[in-house]
Amino acid sequence: MTLIKTKHNRRSFLKVTAASGGGLMLGFSWAMSCTPADKVGEIPLEWFDINAFLSIAQSGKVTIMSPNPEIGQNVKTSMPMVVAEELDVKWEDVIVKQAPLNTDVFERQVAGGSQSLRKGWQALRMAGATAKQMLIEAAAKKWNVDKSTCSASLGVIAGEGGKSVTYGEIASFAAEMQVPDEVKLKDPSEFTLIGTDRGNVDMEGIITGKPLFGLDTYKDGMQFAVVLRPPAFGTKLKSYDDTGAKTVKGVNDVIRFGDKVAVLANSTWAAMKGKKALQAEWDNDENLESTNYHDRELRKLLNTKAEEPKRKDGDVNKGFSQADKIVEKVYEAPFLPHNCLEPMNFYAHVTPEKVDLLGPIQTPERTRRQVAELLGRDQSEIFIGMTRMGGGFGRRLYGDFVLEAAEISKLANSPVKVIFSREDDMTAGTYRPASKYKFKAGLKDGKMIAYHLVGAGVNMGNATREKNFPAGTVANYLVESHNLKSNITTGAWRAPITNFLAYAEQSFFDELAESAGADPVQFRLDLFQQAKDNPVGTVDYDIDKFMGVIKLAAEKANWGNPDAGIFQGFSAYYSHNTYVAEVAEVIMKKDTPVVTKVTCAVDCGIVINPIAAKNQVEGGVVDGVGHAMYGDFSFYNGQPQQNNFHQYRMIRMKEAPKVETHFVKSYNDPTGLGEPALPPAGGAVANAIYKATGQRFYKQPFMKDQIVLG
Amino acid sequence: MATFNIQVNGRQQQVDVDPDTPILWVLRDHLQLVGTKYGCGIAQCGACTIHLEGTAVRACSLPVSSVGDKPITTIEGLSEDASHALQEAWREHDVPQCGYCQAGQLMSAASFLKSNPNPTEAEIDAAMEGNLCRCGTYNRIKEAILTAAQNS
Ligand code: FES
Ligand code: FES
Repeated sequence: MTLIKTKHNRRSFLKVTAASGGGLMLGFSWAMSCTPADKVGEIPLEWFDINAFLSIAQSGKVTIMSPNPEIGQNVKTSMPMVVAEELDVKWEDVIVKQAPLNTDVFERQVAGGSQSLRKGWQALRMAGATAKQMLIEAAAKKWNVDKSTCSASLGVIAGEGGKSVTYGEIASFAAEMQVPDEVKLKDPSEFTLIGTDRGNVDMEGIITGKPLFGLDTYKDGMQFAVVLRPPAFGTKLKSYDDTGAKTVKGVNDVIRFGDKVAVLANSTWAAMKGKKALQAEWDNDENLESTNYHDRELRKLLNTKAEEPKRKDGDVNKGFSQADKIVEKVYEAPFLPHNCLEPMNFYAHVTPEKVDLLGPIQTPERTRRQVAELLGRDQSEIFIGMTRMGGGFGRRLYGDFVLEAAEISKLANSPVKVIFSREDDMTAGTYRPASKYKFKAGLKDGKMIAYHLVGAGVNMGNATREKNFPAGTVANYLVESHNLKSNITTGAWRAPITNFLAYAEQSFFDELAESAGADPVQFRLDLFQQAKDNPVGTVDYDIDKFMGVIKLAAEKANWGNPDAGIFQGFSAYYSHNTYVAEVAEVIMKKDTPVVTKVTCAVDCGIVINPIAAKNQVEGGVVDGVGHAMYGDFSFYNGQPQQNNFHQYRMIRMKEAPKVETHFVKSYNDPTGLGEPALPPAGGAVANAIYKATGQRFYKQPFMKDQIVLG
Repeated sequence: MATFNIQVNGRQQQVDVDPDTPILWVLRDHLQLVGTKYGCGIAQCGACTIHLEGTAVRACSLPVSSVGDKPITTIEGLSEDASHALQEAWREHDVPQCGYCQAGQLMSAASFLKSNPNPTEAEIDAAMEGNLCRCGTYNRIKEAILTAAQNS
């Protein structure tokens, strides 16, 4: 049992009011951190923003308004489970609603970086526990007994002598109580809801085709807008001719804004046809970059000394000179589009009074600021509603399509929905940057004594994670990073940086272990043991947790003793505060390697909703394997060379391995789960294919190496 | 523009659209049936899968003029009360992540199970090849199809 404070310096993280229609309404701050208030000096003001609500109606139904947008990470189900656990109500009595960003009280909404649950955990628990305590105190007051004689469970408060009252019956009375200064949280061992499988709260809508997504927005008077954008990065609009477009039936208007031209029509199809009928000429005003240019420049950077190392322990050159074996390899990855299955889209209605925006965006608050700036409006006049999102993967952190919708609506003086075709979506992206890594390690008597990593990426900033493994395990350690500036728009892509860095590193370690004549799992464990006994510099990851998942994956996959005909590969990575180890299994079918299974061990703290948590791991693995094998994207003279799924291959059902997930039993606070299963997946598979075929992959996608994967 | 009489989910509907309009956009923009999704427009992703005379087709690549009087079923009409064996199985396996591909997956699977009520995994792989799931829920989809086959 933990006691936590609900106030700091007389400011409260919670507010209570009567619910409309009777009952109790509790507003709370989602941003409230996990750190107890009395342990920190200055508390950021936003921790006090009331941005989420829970209400208990007289019927006993509990409504939880979650401000966090759902992109498929199950936050809309898992987060309310945490509230319901502490509140102690039947899950069947809980209704979950997505809250729009349209009042001052809903702020700081962002989904991404696997952080939603991590950030909300303590706040959600506090909200549930506070409401429960207020209900108990209300019942005690009504019965005129001491509150310690009352207890609550599953929506009912019981007092001595068989007295009982439901939450619904006492809720209105509880709304008149003071918010307690301090509340008791359950001991995790007492949890009865957390840790049980609960189905997706949007399931019915999804399987019956209800309007849930941004693209499903249809409003009175709304026009459909499809936009012609510069075809290549580095070009701008010189002139255009809309004669043909205007003859398309259903097209109402053609509007230029900046270097783009919008076709407005009274149906999606007419707008798409109108866009195809536009004639435009483009000017080059900047470099037109091609993939071979990026390749050449990044390779050059790999052989350049960085001004400042990211981290340096010992002296790598001395280490290499003492080594009896040196292994050096370069790994390369292309740009990748996000390819959310729901293409980018947004609804906007700009009027002199206000700006209404609705659609799939992961960063409503930042986007609202940008729209305000673009339109020269006050932020208070801008209302953003969020829909469910047909995937995010990082793409919907960027509000370019919201700005387009707002601008077009303003110019057209009409409500509009901007729709990206798949071609628009794939060619006007914020891509996963292309990157390359050079690893060099020195071994002496089978032990790693020197390690040097150079990373280079396009618009990546720091392309490395210098504090990650193997930092701390090796006496001589050097990490350097280079950035190549480009006019191609790049951005976060599921597990930024690590989505490829982990692949490169974990493939390299497989080779390293082989050179050292060691088992790949034991090789890693020995390094961790060394860091435990004798750490070099600071160690910023939890060695025991890391070793824990490695051992668990090896045990569950029967590492080293596979059935006949099965080849295994190993990989482990730490990202987004979560530790994941994976064993991939490959079989040969008519001389072709087939990935049949990936066994995962995951330490992500306490698992709130296992059936959904496993879904995240399964999806992350399939995503990681799919992009490692097939994901290929290139530019020629600034122009993307793939624009739809006939040219850009994505993993399909028959290529998806089975995924077996094992969570480390833990009562620690939850950590990220949307991303961490992806980074290790590619490496595990590549290492298994090597066992089966003797072929290593230094470039993604593997397909390029003429390998056909069944 | 031209007038077309089409039968959707058992109801006769009249729409006034260009003959080349894909049935996908007729359903979504003109008939407010938005369960059928747009993902690629070129028959590569399966998000738009509907049934034409009971057979799965890609609505993005089917012009309204070619439909004639063949009955169309969309996800909204897959069952009266969301009780199709596949919908039940989808619940049981908690299949969706973002959910965007799932209507198309269900429609492909429903038409496939009708023609092959007891499929092997390899047959499911082949039948579902045209449906992308960007979130990677393939294993659950497959398990749910197997469950539905068992239960019906
Ligand atoms: S939208 Fe029809 S198959 Fe992709
Ligand atoms: S659940 Fe997101 S695309 Fe399939």
